[in-house]
Amino acid sequence: MPNNPTPLAESSPVVEPDPVPQAGVQSESRHIHAALTRTSTGHEDLRELESGLDSLQSDAVRKARIDWSRILLPVAALVVLVLVWQFYVSLGVKRRDLVPGPLDVLGQVGILWGEGKLQEAVWTSLQRGLVGFLISVAIATPVGLLLAQVAPLRRAFGPLISGLQVLPSVAWVPAAIIWFGLTDATVYFVVFMGAIPSIINGLISGVDQIPPQYRRVGTVLGANRLQMALQIVLPAALPGYLGGLKQGWAFSWRSLMAAEIIAVGGTIGFGLGSLLDQGRILSDMTVVMSAILLILGVGILIELLVFAPIEKRLLRSRGLLSGSTR
Amino acid sequence: MPVVLENLGKRFGDGAPVLDDVNANIASGEFVALLGASGCGKSTLLNIMAGLELPTSGALEVPSDGAAFMFQDAALFPWLTARENIELALQLRGVGKAARKAKAQELLELVHLGGAGDKRPHELSGGMRQRVSLARSLAQDRQLLLMDEPFAALDAITRDLLHDELERIWKETGRTIVFVTHNVREAVRLGQRVLLLSSRPGRVVEEWAVTEEHRTDAGLAGQLTGVITARLREEIRRHAK
Repeated sequence: MPNNPTPLAESSPVVEPDPVPQAGVQSESRHIHAALTRTSTGHEDLRELESGLDSLQSDAVRKARIDWSRILLPVAALVVLVLVWQFYVSLGVKRRDLVPGPLDVLGQVGILWGEGKLQEAVWTSLQRGLVGFLISVAIATPVGLLLAQVAPLRRAFGPLISGLQVLPSVAWVPAAIIWFGLTDATVYFVVFMGAIPSIINGLISGVDQIPPQYRRVGTVLGANRLQMALQIVLPAALPGYLGGLKQGWAFSWRSLMAAEIIAVGGTIGFGLGSLLDQGRILSDMTVVMSAILLILGVGILIELLVFAPIEKRLLRSRGLLSGSTR
Repeated sequence: MPVVLENLGKRFGDGAPVLDDVNANIASGEFVALLGASGCGKSTLLNIMAGLELPTSGALEVPSDGAAFMFQDAALFPWLTARENIELALQLRGVGKAARKAKAQELLELVHLGGAGDKRPHELSGGMRQRVSLARSLAQDRQLLLMDEPFAALDAITRDLLHDELERIWKETGRTIVFVTHNVREAVRLGQRVLLLSSRPGRVVEEWAVTEEHRTDAGLAGQLTGVITARLREEIRRHAK
């Protein structure tokens, strides 16, 4: 931004109508404090004026209260959905074994819990999903930062990374099975191929949205390349990066389920995807529905317990939340 | 002489020159107001002095350790508190951790924000943000401080107060200040010298000295403002078609 930011069209009011005082008026205007001269009468006066203005211009601190609508509204929505489901089932349009009711599914969940199968499946999947996601973050963050900061690398690999994000990671499952067999490596490979490109893309778009002013300030303050990347670019891109992380987690979880449904057996443990596939083989709709609801539930819980609080804190600390519907 | 500009010229690409044959000497500890209509290359000149851009012709002499810079918008980092913003400037300058804390508090006190150090930029008013920004540029500890219309976006009451504040801090710290503005009153209120830059190409066409008398006598200050305004308008009229 080398040029004067004021547009030309606004150049006329630069000169304010400030007439040259006539000679006679001049002697009388001595010691009149106008904006042209010093307006405060000393250090203490200035401090007092400023602190008065500061308190006038700052918002009063508002106390945070628990907002019950935040909890009650989603619960109410859930209850309504379950009631609609129950109502539809009780109409008897379809056979009960094809469309089980909420109570049937709940009963099946209880049975799975009793057998210990539910805990095993959730734990196996969650553990894999988290480990795969964390490794993806560790790989994608430096790569994304490098791509965002080094123009030739970005030009060379940018399109490929964007393309990889569009490619469904399920497409890697057959290749992974041929390369790694029915092992955990297959599952992790598919998770990586899903999560890494989307985290890289989130970080890059976060970096692209940094106001150019921040970099100029960094240069003026004397930051070197590494300091610029770690202390200015990365924190400035954090909202976009977090968006990338959220999407990366979603991709990890989806890819994991896809891998678990397709690749069953071998040394691959028993996850939620495997549970779902088992339900299909047994033609037991209650198991299938239980598995779907569990997969959904884990996704919602991770969002509510992990990402939502982090995101809220991040945005609030930057003053970006006021007026939003969150 | 911390700043000497000799026949300085700047053009972008093949376009018309933005700056042409700019000559100026700025003494150590001096407060110079650089005045001009829009498009006179004030900001470009400042960027050249800051080392953010290179001149295409001529020579300039600036302090070897570079210059501190204050922007029109406070340009504080929103993820850091007021104090951390100042500490970052100290850290990038290589100040140790313990010294940073003390120095940041000292600078906050200097701009009368001792109690607001832990607030985030969005919790501060425009005037407070600009004072934090001033403290941050002082944290850079350069003899030369370049200011690019730092008060242009503030309301009139706040701006008047910040003029007093800046004058006080200038006297306390003995910095050399180059203050770019397109407000004649502001230039007369703050500068010891007012340099008028012509537009397209930018060139120093006239300069006025502002004495201590002008600081307390509104009539005298008003008269000088009138003279400078007339000269500035003449410069703008030249571009009428």
